[in-house]
Amino acid sequence: MSQLPLRAQVASVLGRTAATLSRMTGRGDGSVIGGRVGLVLEPDLLRKLAQDRKLVLVSATNGKTTTTRLITSALDELGEVATNAFGANMPAGHVSALSQSKRAPYGVLEVDEKYLPEVLDTTGAGVVCLMNLSRDQMDRAAEIWLLAQKWRRALTGRAAHVIANCDDPLVTWAATTAAEVTWVAAGQRWKEDSWCCPECGGPLDRKDSDWACRECTFHRPEPHWVLDDDAVIDPRGQRLRLDIQLPGLANRANAAMALAVVEVFGLPAERALPRLSEVRSVAGRYTTVEREGRQARLLLAKNPAGWLEAFDVADPALPIILSVNAQGPDGRDTSWLWDVDYRILGGRPVYVTGERRLDLALRLDVAGVPFQLTGGFNEALAAQPPGKVDVIANYTAFQQIRAEFGRAV
Amino acid sequence: MQSESALRLVWIYPDLLSTYGDQGNVLVLEQRARRRGIDVEIVHVRSADPVPESGDIYLIGGGEDRPQILGAERLRRDGGLQRAIARGAALLAVCAGYQIMGSSFGGDEGQPVAGIGLLDISSVRGQARAVGELVAEVDATLNVPTLTGFENHMGVTQLGPDVRPLSRTLVGIGNGDGTEGCHSGRIVGTYLHGPALARNPGLADLLLGWATGPLAPLDDGWFDRLREERLAAVLPR
Repeated sequence: MSQLPLRAQVASVLGRTAATLSRMTGRGDGSVIGGRVGLVLEPDLLRKLAQDRKLVLVSATNGKTTTTRLITSALDELGEVATNAFGANMPAGHVSALSQSKRAPYGVLEVDEKYLPEVLDTTGAGVVCLMNLSRDQMDRAAEIWLLAQKWRRALTGRAAHVIANCDDPLVTWAATTAAEVTWVAAGQRWKEDSWCCPECGGPLDRKDSDWACRECTFHRPEPHWVLDDDAVIDPRGQRLRLDIQLPGLANRANAAMALAVVEVFGLPAERALPRLSEVRSVAGRYTTVEREGRQARLLLAKNPAGWLEAFDVADPALPIILSVNAQGPDGRDTSWLWDVDYRILGGRPVYVTGERRLDLALRLDVAGVPFQLTGGFNEALAAQPPGKVDVIANYTAFQQIRAEFGRAV
Repeated sequence: MQSESALRLVWIYPDLLSTYGDQGNVLVLEQRARRRGIDVEIVHVRSADPVPESGDIYLIGGGEDRPQILGAERLRRDGGLQRAIARGAALLAVCAGYQIMGSSFGGDEGQPVAGIGLLDISSVRGQARAVGELVAEVDATLNVPTLTGFENHMGVTQLGPDVRPLSRTLVGIGNGDGTEGCHSGRIVGTYLHGPALARNPGLADLLLGWATGPLAPLDDGWFDRLREERLAAVLPR
């Protein structure tokens, strides 16, 4: 990649300049604008930047940013890694990430689900990590059955090695066309989008983690890696304790996927595990912020499956602040709140805020969960007694809270 | 919970057609019935199972193209919903479910797919996706306040002489001809999510009233606050 043609070199440099300006003027972290500038000047820039690197693309509805971070931390053991750590997961973000680490032999790229076919085609990535698909921001995201079909087509006839979660039927269906697949039984908590067979539409019968179509031959493949509570069992049957800092089952699933990915790059799990345990928070997720004696732990949940994962992490003994917005990146339709079962919050003090707090208030009222409506995050925090509190917020609500604390988290 | 007198809510095919929070319609009906002292029994019917005929109110929601086609085929083969409607049961059909109730709708490649013909409507795939908040004035004969909700569909729906428009749109696309949804007998069809009954408790009470007779009024505190906020945010000043 140091041998970029002149035009690509200029495009890459100008892109980085734009990124620096964006950061200096406080407009953003620069990872999108820089890439956009580069792509306008040289549409083929991403392909050129990707050449001769060992790349893994990471895609899913939930856990992309965290898993990208875990894989990156582990691969650091082998050499320099280029990555889009800030979640800028479309081609402009990829150009920016690869431009910033010109000599890195490895690349770990988080990819928006819709862009996976295009980015796979452009970069020719050798490894693809696919974790889960569930309903998400329906007014702008693609329908997931359609999405799985596009992944399936994109993987057909390609030499890529896919690491896929075989507990998710839709992901399994998407991955089966790949040349080589490592199946990871990483679990699936949210099942409401996979009661029907992706192949034929028949009912899926489920028993524990196993699943099979009642009407055709589509069934869960035999996993190579198995997540078993706080341990992972590798393809040789070796049980490895997942001693990680990130909380919750969803993050242990992300870690299991990361271990399977880095093994494809030749990094054994024993060497990768200590690296994974160094990750404490990811772009503000799971960070604790403090103000006037209140310690608030920030959890991001963007869709019904994400809320289930956040509930798994939240401490039932603590009060909880919920914040919901419906700006463009959140999806403008709040209907999905009704797919979340909030009754689990009954019994703990619940504070509601965010630009769409009234949608959430009605939702909780119908669920029979008592709550207190507040005018904003600071008011909600001040309403607590000093001590710990959990916070669950969707995308822009989460970013607003981070901004309150100077994005230092 | 199950008793002879309980109001029976039947949620059709949550495994295929419930991707837009449409479960909320069931929960709102349940809450509003219980607050009036009416016992409620909720039946979830997966698409591999028969639709019971003994329900009082049936609900079907939105979904992707392929599940919509599967849902229509299975409902046609099953026949349970059609028999329940002939018996006088009420039905709320939303988005993909609304289109299925007509004579035909546009499939994933735009091809016509047969519906089950409970409503005199037919739908085709439009040119552009209708996405956003919708506000509409409801047919005065129904005595339901202004509709608010969120639409997200590609459908253009033509109403036949045997149905009446549910509403006339002030903001949004709806059926595509200045109207939104339709009604006929005890069936209401609409493109609205939000979910529809969470945004429009009056519509929930219309369905409940059809099933149980006159209803005691309720204090609609949170419903009203959400409606006020949404209508103020969407309607031109």
